[in-house]
Amino acid sequence: MARIDVRKTYKLYIGGAFPRSESGYSYVVNDAKGKFMANASLASRKDARDAVQAARKAFPGWAGRTAYNRAQIVYRIAEVMEDRRPQFVDAVQKSEGRTAAQANKVVDEAIDRLVWYAGWADKITQVVGGANPVAGPFFNLSTPEPTGVVAVFAPQESSLLGLVSVVAPAIVVGNTVVVTSSYERPLPAVTFAEVLATSDVPGGVINVLTGSAATTGPWLASHMDVNAIDLTGVAGDADLAKSLEEASAENLKRVRRAPSAEPDWSLDPGTDRMTGVLETKTVWHPIGI
Amino acid sequence: MTTTPTTTASASSAAGNSFSDVTSSESALRRFLHGLPGVDQVGAEARATALGTRSIKTTAKDYAIDLAIRMVDLTTLEGQDTHGKVRALANKAMRPDPADPTCPATAAVCVYPDMVGIAKETLGTSGVNVAAVATAFPSGRAALDIKLADTRDAVEAGADEIDMVIDRGAFLSGRYLEVYDEIVAVKEACGPAHLKVIFETGELQTYDNVRRASWLAMMAGGHFIKTSTGKVQPAATLPVTMIMLEAVRDFREATGQMIGVKPAGGIRTSKDAIKYLVMVNEVAGPDWLDPDWFRFGASTLLNDLLMQRTKMTTGRYSGPDYFTLD
Repeated sequence: MARIDVRKTYKLYIGGAFPRSESGYSYVVNDAKGKFMANASLASRKDARDAVQAARKAFPGWAGRTAYNRAQIVYRIAEVMEDRRPQFVDAVQKSEGRTAAQANKVVDEAIDRLVWYAGWADKITQVVGGANPVAGPFFNLSTPEPTGVVAVFAPQESSLLGLVSVVAPAIVVGNTVVVTSSYERPLPAVTFAEVLATSDVPGGVINVLTGSAATTGPWLASHMDVNAIDLTGVAGDADLAKSLEEASAENLKRVRRAPSAEPDWSLDPGTDRMTGVLETKTVWHPIGI
Repeated sequence: MTTTPTTTASASSAAGNSFSDVTSSESALRRFLHGLPGVDQVGAEARATALGTRSIKTTAKDYAIDLAIRMVDLTTLEGQDTHGKVRALANKAMRPDPADPTCPATAAVCVYPDMVGIAKETLGTSGVNVAAVATAFPSGRAALDIKLADTRDAVEAGADEIDMVIDRGAFLSGRYLEVYDEIVAVKEACGPAHLKVIFETGELQTYDNVRRASWLAMMAGGHFIKTSTGKVQPAATLPVTMIMLEAVRDFREATGQMIGVKPAGGIRTSKDAIKYLVMVNEVAGPDWLDPDWFRFGASTLLNDLLMQRTKMTTGRYSGPDYFTLD
């Protein structure tokens, strides 16, 4: 007797759980050749709202952890990804239409990027903070602190390496994230969410929405409880990017503007994605007391 | 499977002479209370759940949120309460959303008796009432004269409403007349102030007891019946509130007299509040959809209502950063 297929339901990842979209909507995901691959949940505005709530709830705990501990956890994500490598290779290969060798390379780079960012957790403070010379008998110390909840739009083309490259810098410095995945290539993001769920990342630190930036974008951009927004995934859609920037102005979100075209993710990422979601706190302390 | 109790024969006959024969003796009172129809627990819970699934949107939601804000008894009942905190709370009750003058004031602030003066001073003639918990709140374990003195103190300090607790020990051991007499005595001590009777339903064990306590308090002359102190879990729940709403509805049918209901404790979100309002409308009737007849005892609920209200008026989601903590 032929065995019945056990098909996987691709769901959202909010607050450490995998709910279906509140709206009940899903959409068809095709592979690079246009062949049907799966139905993914289409995140609605209420999913975005729930995700922000979960991210806000997780923020104090995550930001309060030691940088050393955050580094360990981000490194752990890399370990678990390594363990599930075939699944990622397959997802990237189909989603992005790459050869097995190319897909393998992309997965390598994604895992390496996590390890690279993990290393930054306890070093970024020394690099961007420090003691400031002031004209008076004071110690004057600046330290970077996470800004809060960051809404991220993941790149549309690079579905895994791009996703990791925009999410890791935000969380490693202590922010919590609501990320909207690539619309046409959401499956690596869902697999990545499954990795997060099993790699000591507290629920709510990373929330993954699959669906369209045009749907979730306006709500996240205007949301008063979101502290920063990264429009990388809106690259190429100048109108949407403009309206999201305008909506973000209401509560003075930190905005990372959309590039005109998607960057090459295999290049050295630099530290600006981390520093863009940090606030500087400066403390004055009298000398000699 | 209906949970709607029909007014019992004894209740209707008692209505004529305002329950004087029912409350004439311990045994008559017990007979009456135990003669009330039993509550179908499964049915009550199912109905309460079903009423919680209504979808209230757009203009109806606008209305419900404003109504819920007007129904809030903004409460602080902590050992750590200070004059400053009570003043801040009273100011918040008068203008819950300082950024929006169209936002209505809450119904009352609810404080311990020693804070009544401070609250009254701040609220002045704003129309926001001061409610005080009295009678050895929250346990109710004190001698009657102490409870009465507690009540008089609060009224003299200017409380418009008194929230008393019943003696659950006496109620559970079946000394109904004792509970009844105590409510009557406290009501007398209240003078012009309105009396709310707290049952602490989390300690009453069964829904049947909730129904009995409701009738007992209504017969004794309470203006409001209130679920809980907020100090015991579970506090207010939908089924318990539904049974109390059924009781006030039946009481009005029997006597023509309207009694208010106040669920308190554990209601934290606008969604919950709206579920309660739907239930008030469906079970007791639209007459109760008024701050004079239905109240929420809450503290954190108000912030969620304000966030939802801001979302409705501005079209964007708000956050807890924009509202005061207490």
